[in-house]
Amino acid sequence: MTVGLAHYLFVSAVLFSLGVVGVMVRRNAIIIFMSIELMLNAVNLTFVAFGRFHHTLDGQLFVFFVMVVAAAEAVVGLAIIISVFRLRESVDVDRMNLFKW
Amino acid sequence: MNVAAINISLGGIGPLLILSATALVVLAIDCFWPSERRSHLAYVTVAGCLVALGATWRLWGAQEAVFGRMIIVDNYSTFFTGIFIVGTTITTLLSIGYTSRMGIDRAEYYALLLFATVGMIMMAQGLNLITIFLGLETLSISLYILAGIQRQRAASIEASLKYFLLGAFSSAFFLYGVALTYGATGSLDLEHITRAVGETTFASKPLLLIGVGLMLIGFGFKVATVPFHVWTPDVYEGAPTSVTAFMSVGAKAAGFGAFVRVFSISLQPLSPDWTHLLWLLAVATMVVGNVMAIAQTNIKRLLAYSSIAHAGYVVVAMVAASALGTSSVLFYLLVYTFMNLGAFGVVLVLGRQDEEVLAIDDFAGLGRRAPALAAAMALFMFALAGIPPTAGFVGKFYIFSAAVQGGFVGLAVIGVLASLVSVYYYFRVVVVMYFMEPAGEIPLAPRSAPATVALVIAAAATLALGLFPSPFITAASRSLVAVLF
Amino acid sequence: MDTAFPLFLMLLFAGGLAGAMLAMGEFIGPKRLTSIKLEPFECGSTPIGPGRQRFNVKFYLVAMLFIIFDVEVVFLYPWAVIFRDLGVFGLVEMACFIFILAAALVYVWKRGALEWE
Repeated sequence: MTVGLAHYLFVSAVLFSLGVVGVMVRRNAIIIFMSIELMLNAVNLTFVAFGRFHHTLDGQLFVFFVMVVAAAEAVVGLAIIISVFRLRESVDVDRMNLFKW
Repeated sequence: MNVAAINISLGGIGPLLILSATALVVLAIDCFWPSERRSHLAYVTVAGCLVALGATWRLWGAQEAVFGRMIIVDNYSTFFTGIFIVGTTITTLLSIGYTSRMGIDRAEYYALLLFATVGMIMMAQGLNLITIFLGLETLSISLYILAGIQRQRAASIEASLKYFLLGAFSSAFFLYGVALTYGATGSLDLEHITRAVGETTFASKPLLLIGVGLMLIGFGFKVATVPFHVWTPDVYEGAPTSVTAFMSVGAKAAGFGAFVRVFSISLQPLSPDWTHLLWLLAVATMVVGNVMAIAQTNIKRLLAYSSIAHAGYVVVAMVAASALGTSSVLFYLLVYTFMNLGAFGVVLVLGRQDEEVLAIDDFAGLGRRAPALAAAMALFMFALAGIPPTAGFVGKFYIFSAAVQGGFVGLAVIGVLASLVSVYYYFRVVVVMYFMEPAGEIPLAPRSAPATVALVIAAAATLALGLFPSPFITAASRSLVAVLF
Repeated sequence: MDTAFPLFLMLLFAGGLAGAMLAMGEFIGPKRLTSIKLEPFECGSTPIGPGRQRFNVKFYLVAMLFIIFDVEVVFLYPWAVIFRDLGVFGLVEMACFIFILAAALVYVWKRGALEWE
């Protein structure tokens, strides 16, 4: 058996779905955020696999940008989560009840 | 590697460079010469915006893909760039006074407004999905921080967290869509994608359709269409009002700037597949937005649902998928920038110290207490409802006639009925201002000259675009001449 | 075999160097063990106490600054690969990029985010 494009796509689809499920079922803001990062990394795997398949560098190039943007998002996200924690000593999204969710 | 093929054009990205440099200057001024009051930073921001607007003006008529086909300078992107910069200028003027009252008068506030504008321009000028993604994220990350900039207020920081989590979630979907589209077509360049999709032997259509659907989720979230709208009312209510005003016009216009370029222009060959989807999206958005707005008692939530409904009208124009439809998107977004910023601007200048007047019933008696302000609010409400002779009427007329010409008569009828519903809640605000007895004194903030200037500009533009729309309609339709490659 | 041989040499050299350094420290270095030196190393915080205690929020600030500046460097890699072909143009481009990063560092510094106390 040779590992081809389909296998990579399958793995990344599974990882992406795991991320989606994580966002849906977990209530801790940090874990939700980690699940989103998992989704982004699944996308990166897809990009690299397709880049290899098409013999173009665009896919790998995009991965660099996704990584940097994900880091920037992580920094801003953690800062927001820390501010929330300072205000109410909890990062449980179910306890965010100033608005009707 | 041929460096000449990169085609460097600093003029083409002039507005981007000027706004980025202004943002860095604003931060540097505050770092090296700190002061208690920071309104001078707002004036630096406005000056930078005006210079950038001049640079944008000079780009009109240009038509070239620069920086290795990452950026396209054409009338379409220039028109959008103009809308964004005007929106940022008005927002900055409105913020003077409001920011110091609310304790958010920081250099970062102005710098982030500028960075967000840079992101919007990148979205409109992107010819490659990489550029569009970078612009989208530059815009979004700036807005996450701006929404929560009032760190001591729980509502603001909660709005920020909610916007951040849902925004990052939707970005991930968008990105997966981009990856699958890249897989199906072998390119991230919008023009190459069009060519690949147009080929009759195109084999990976299912993959492409999934990718396009996922991108639709990402764009739908940014422009707040039903069913991706749940964040809108809460974030609009919790964020500081000046940020809400900025978000409601800038982020929406930028979202549509990229949405229309990717769907109506680049994926045009695929339109039989996505038209029905957008049709459903448009109907759901108009109906839910307008119906939910009726029940609101808070003016910011009301305007949030109204902005959802307006996203629905713009999607109607996209369904028409014609040159007329696309140019009506451009014209409508220009009009919407003025009328919506104006409505939020009136809300901004009410209120005392750090308390705001947000309940609609508290507007009672404003007609007598502040006649000019009430008249301006009434004008903006009429415009949002689409009553002639305001610009809102021309914009809606243009959109619905595009839908009828495209053969979507049913959609146009639903749109007109939905906007009839909207008349009810916009008029309620006017009725409350003029015909209801006030329960108490309405607090009026100390008059801020820049904010007054901003409101006058918004009101004048709302009227002028309604009375003399033809030069702008011509400009909007000329924006498309070269775009349809 | 031809392509792998330099890698093999590299591995041998790296392993040898690390081993030599450890051995030199072991045989030549003076050893005065105190109780503090025998504690497990924990990046500056006390290793004793409940495992789920809260970290000082300052660690997060440093971590965030580290992540953002660290990851930006990824753009130097593609540039380094075609550095020769790009010539002066590439150099100027990268200088602009580094300048903006440096401006961000100056901003962070002036705002006092690098002060521990």
